[in-house]
Amino acid sequence: MLGYLTLILVCQLAGEFITGALALPVPGPVLGLVFLFTFLMLRGHVPERLDQTADGLLRSMSLLFVPAGTGVILHFQLLGEALLPLGLALVVSTLVTIAVTGLLMQWLGKGERAEKTDG
Amino acid sequence: MDSLQNTWVYLSASPLFHLTLTLVAFHVASALFEKMGRNPLLNPVLGAVLIVVAVLVLTGTEYGTYFEGAQFVHFLLGPATVALAVPLYRQWHRVRRSALAIAVSLLAGSLTAVLVIVTGILGAMLGPKVLDVAGVVDWRARGLAIGTASHGIGTARALQVNETAGAFSGLAMGLNALATALLLPLIWGGVVWLMGG
Repeated sequence: MLGYLTLILVCQLAGEFITGALALPVPGPVLGLVFLFTFLMLRGHVPERLDQTADGLLRSMSLLFVPAGTGVILHFQLLGEALLPLGLALVVSTLVTIAVTGLLMQWLGKGERAEKTDG
Repeated sequence: MDSLQNTWVYLSASPLFHLTLTLVAFHVASALFEKMGRNPLLNPVLGAVLIVVAVLVLTGTEYGTYFEGAQFVHFLLGPATVALAVPLYRQWHRVRRSALAIAVSLLAGSLTAVLVIVTGILGAMLGPKVLDVAGVVDWRARGLAIGTASHGIGTARALQVNETAGAFSGLAMGLNALATALLLPLIWGGVVWLMGG
């Protein structure tokens, strides 16, 4: 468990270091994801312990956004008059983004069908 | 009685209190979400945020003080992002087969993505409904759409529903970060040029 948590942190640290040093326009953890993915490709399978560690982190991922979300709500008043237009732009753009991306992907990636759900 | 008061004053400003508050608020919000049949309007992130905000406002606590405790949770976002490599690896055969479709759809989606937390919660709440209305039933497409618009918050939700959707959502989140970072300066340059600046 701890061993693979270390591996995840090492991947993230390497990602942060490289994106910082080379001023890459990608977040460090995303490059870290690429490193861990490369490790898995070389390994050829997911070690059980890594699976457990990753699952533990991912299952509680929603929780991790609470501190940042709290900051956004608490600082809403900073937006002042921009609140309404910004809010409208957010709602419309989010919903349009989802519809456009989903429809395009389904149309272009025909073949695999899945049962319908709430996800 | 005085020592009770003093201890409370001391603890209510400590990182332990705000870390615990974050976790308890999330559990309460999650329990409510489950109890109400997973009604998307009761999104647990939004619920937890509202509970925390209410407590902070009532106790007159600064966000900085709160964050001293909450940072331990916030920190885990990085490792969790790295851990998305695992579902992505498991679904790799599917991802590879639809590489071109992913690239085109993502690019189209990136062009409209903005302010993060709000889009995240909105997408997790309303995204599935929008996809239903639009007739998107393909798990890969549902995941990719949610991840592009709603990054981690949407991915966290997608992972709970379907692993394929979760993997595509995580992939979309990562690629979208890249596409947005590369495209935004170009688009912004275009906007400035159009406005004669």
